[in-house]
Amino acid sequence: MNKVLIDLKNISKSFDKELVLDDLNLYIRENEFLTLLGPSGCGKTTTLRILGGFTSPDQGKVIFDGQDITKLPPNKRQLNTVFQKYALFTHMSIAENIAFGLKIKNKSKSYINDKIKYALKLVNLDGYENRMPDSLSGGQQQRIAIARAIVNEPKVLLLDEPLGALDLKMRQDMQYELIRLKNELGITFIYVTHDQEEALTMSDTIVVMNKGYIQQIGSPERIYNEPENAFVADFIGDSNIIDGIMIEDKLVEILGVKFPCVDIGFGEHKPVDVVIRPEDVILTDPEKGRIAGTVTHLIFKGVHYEMEVTAGGYEWLVHSTSMFPVGTQVGIQVDPYNIQIMNKPESEDEEAVAIDE
Amino acid sequence: MIRNTAKKIYIVLIFIFLYAPIATLMVLSFNASKTRAKWGGFTFKWYIALFQNEDILSALSNTLSIALIASVVATVIGTAACLAIMSLKKRGRALILGITNIPMLNAEIVTGISLMLLFISMGLKFGFGTILLSHITFCIPYVILSVMPRMQQLNPSTYEAALDLGAGPVYGFFKVVFPDILPGVLSGFLMSFTMSLDDFIITHFTKGAGVDTLSTKIYTEVKKGIKPEMYALSTIIFLTVLVLLLLVNRNPATRDASSGSNDSAKI
Amino acid sequence: MNSMKKKLLGLPYYLWCVVFILIPLGMVFYYGLTDKSGAFTLENIVSITAPEHLKALFLALLLSVIATLLCLLLAYPLAMILCGMQVNQHSFIVFIFILPMWMNFLLRTLAWQTLLEKTGVINSILHFLHLPGLNIINTPYAIVLGMVYNFLPFMVLPIYNALSKIDDNVIQAARDLGANGLQVFLKITLPLSTPGIISGITMVFVPALTTFVISKLLGGSKVLLIGNVIEEEFTQASNWHLGSGLSIVLMIFILVNMILSAVFDKDGEGNFL
Repeated sequence: MNKVLIDLKNISKSFDKELVLDDLNLYIRENEFLTLLGPSGCGKTTTLRILGGFTSPDQGKVIFDGQDITKLPPNKRQLNTVFQKYALFTHMSIAENIAFGLKIKNKSKSYINDKIKYALKLVNLDGYENRMPDSLSGGQQQRIAIARAIVNEPKVLLLDEPLGALDLKMRQDMQYELIRLKNELGITFIYVTHDQEEALTMSDTIVVMNKGYIQQIGSPERIYNEPENAFVADFIGDSNIIDGIMIEDKLVEILGVKFPCVDIGFGEHKPVDVVIRPEDVILTDPEKGRIAGTVTHLIFKGVHYEMEVTAGGYEWLVHSTSMFPVGTQVGIQVDPYNIQIMNKPESEDEEAVAIDE
Repeated sequence: MIRNTAKKIYIVLIFIFLYAPIATLMVLSFNASKTRAKWGGFTFKWYIALFQNEDILSALSNTLSIALIASVVATVIGTAACLAIMSLKKRGRALILGITNIPMLNAEIVTGISLMLLFISMGLKFGFGTILLSHITFCIPYVILSVMPRMQQLNPSTYEAALDLGAGPVYGFFKVVFPDILPGVLSGFLMSFTMSLDDFIITHFTKGAGVDTLSTKIYTEVKKGIKPEMYALSTIIFLTVLVLLLLVNRNPATRDASSGSNDSAKI
Repeated sequence: MNSMKKKLLGLPYYLWCVVFILIPLGMVFYYGLTDKSGAFTLENIVSITAPEHLKALFLALLLSVIATLLCLLLAYPLAMILCGMQVNQHSFIVFIFILPMWMNFLLRTLAWQTLLEKTGVINSILHFLHLPGLNIINTPYAIVLGMVYNFLPFMVLPIYNALSKIDDNVIQAARDLGANGLQVFLKITLPLSTPGIISGITMVFVPALTTFVISKLLGGSKVLLIGNVIEEEFTQASNWHLGSGLSIVLMIFILVNMILSAVFDKDGEGNFL
């Protein structure tokens, strides 16, 4: 494990009396690709701005490399930001944009020129030195914004929804590009997005946030396969979230039917939320399943069919490579290790994180 | 803290600078003494005298009718022109907009004398008509510069959608396009009216003997001394406009209209 | 509306442009380049070199340049402060600066006589504060003051517009890249507001250079500017040829100014409203 580079301690922040971050604690390791993921208004951008120095927290400390930088202005921090809408200087050429930070640090001309060449090569835009920002496409402008930030050799690069303004294809290309860049530069990336696919693709660590609270921190696999609460389960990918009762260890009752599972330690006869991913629902002949139901919707999605099955009074979302026409009687089966059990929210804090839809 | 106070003081000083002459004129309108150099006590008599002064009243009526007719005509011609300009190709558009800029950027004295020379060579009788033609000329650019940006923001599909849904071109225009450009049209109209009302220089060169607007009347009075009724009248006009504009600005739906969007202007 | 009909809608304006903008300008050139018998001559234009004309032109240039610079110095900080106040209502700012126009331009300017007189309001205040009196009425200083007073809004509004269009993110990006407050101003704010500055300069310089009213009202009859000379040629001396010739000279300065603004403000970013 790499050493901890940034430590956010008890950060709180309100705007107009509205609490945006409530006692947030988070540490970020060196050379990590960490993503703050959540719906708009969850506090992820505020967290990033506090790191960048554009917003100061009402309470708490920002520790960077062992030093308290809470009150340090942005121009004195060893972090650089890639802004949502690029924020290129439209009155300067690409080369001047990239040289901006270096000129302020009074670097020599030859050093600056080398850096410009190196940065443009890194973002695959060699030869663009003398173009003006307005003449570039959105994706190219974003690469320049990245180049402009990284020539300053920051220890951390903050990225605020940098792909938000790009179209789907461009977004996918840029995701790979960003992973490659991070590996080549060997620095920490802190990435803010509301796009769960982006987060799953690129991150080493995902921090899921909602309403100013951290919901779950973990690797993409962990966040996807073992969501800790209904919010995370619902926000990351599609899922069936069903009320259930934990009968005993490794046995849960859903919709009046007992399903074997692998979870233990939830107590006996306790209400829980049960998460089953749509691709984990197995459709069989009616008599072979645990619950019988009827297919009510069917859509072809390319890699799989998406179906809705009404069974036990619940609308199950199912992804499957085999097709069952609307009206077919089917049985539903789920492998024990694909059933994820979560505690129901109890405290007020947890209440606040319930799905807001 | 100190910085903020300094900023506030600076703003206040600038506003005193801008509004001191206006306050002065208002005070003078209540001055019983006929000379502006001396305070002779408070009076309303100039406000009463104003309504018995036929010269001033006829100048006022000229000023208002010219401003109203000029701004209405300019608004119609200008808005129609904007529709046409939108359908022009790039070069034609640049040419027309370039010509439109001439009265805005050229010196008013040059615009004034150029129109004067035109009217002389056309053999027109100088008077109400020549003033009106001149005012329409310098008002149209304000309309075009207010309406054009609105026109450019317009989504052409909405008009096409209206036609697709069976609207005729005229009905489609007034139902779909016009409401969208209305704030620009209103702002162009208001700018025209203001500029026409405040104009002196161009009127000075294009008016004939015997016809006066408020501006030219004041100008001829400068040497003899301004009649205090004039102060009374401008105070009334100023306060009326202030109240009207405040009312308009309170209503969020029309707020846009009084602000205009993208025009350029000068006195 | 098909495009043919649409084009027809523009016809009244196109005609208007030709008759009331282009032909009149042509006539100024015609009169300026001919003598009373209608023969071609450069005499009217060359007459700008007559000592009294040159003096009036130089004084007008001097006063208008000073007034423009003063406007810029007063307006830029003001525009920055207004921008920083985050007044959501853009229209309110415009409103405050346009409002004085509803008090007649001549009366507003004349009011400065009352304010500046020996026993006027300003001198009374200065006297009360035991400061030396200000005797600038009927001097070029009063003319400059009148110019600044009348044209200041035309400097403030374009600069305010240009400043308010600068994206906060761009300022933050500069901070993020290490620039301090002064560096942000010099490298980002100032260059990005240049279109507004240029537009403001054009809009103040042209009317200031060509005014004859302000000089007449505040300069007494002592101070003659080039505008006064031209006005007198038309209204008193009735020498339209000479007046037109001098106007052509004036237009050269205006043209230079316009080209300057066209070069710096291609996208009309520094617009007035």
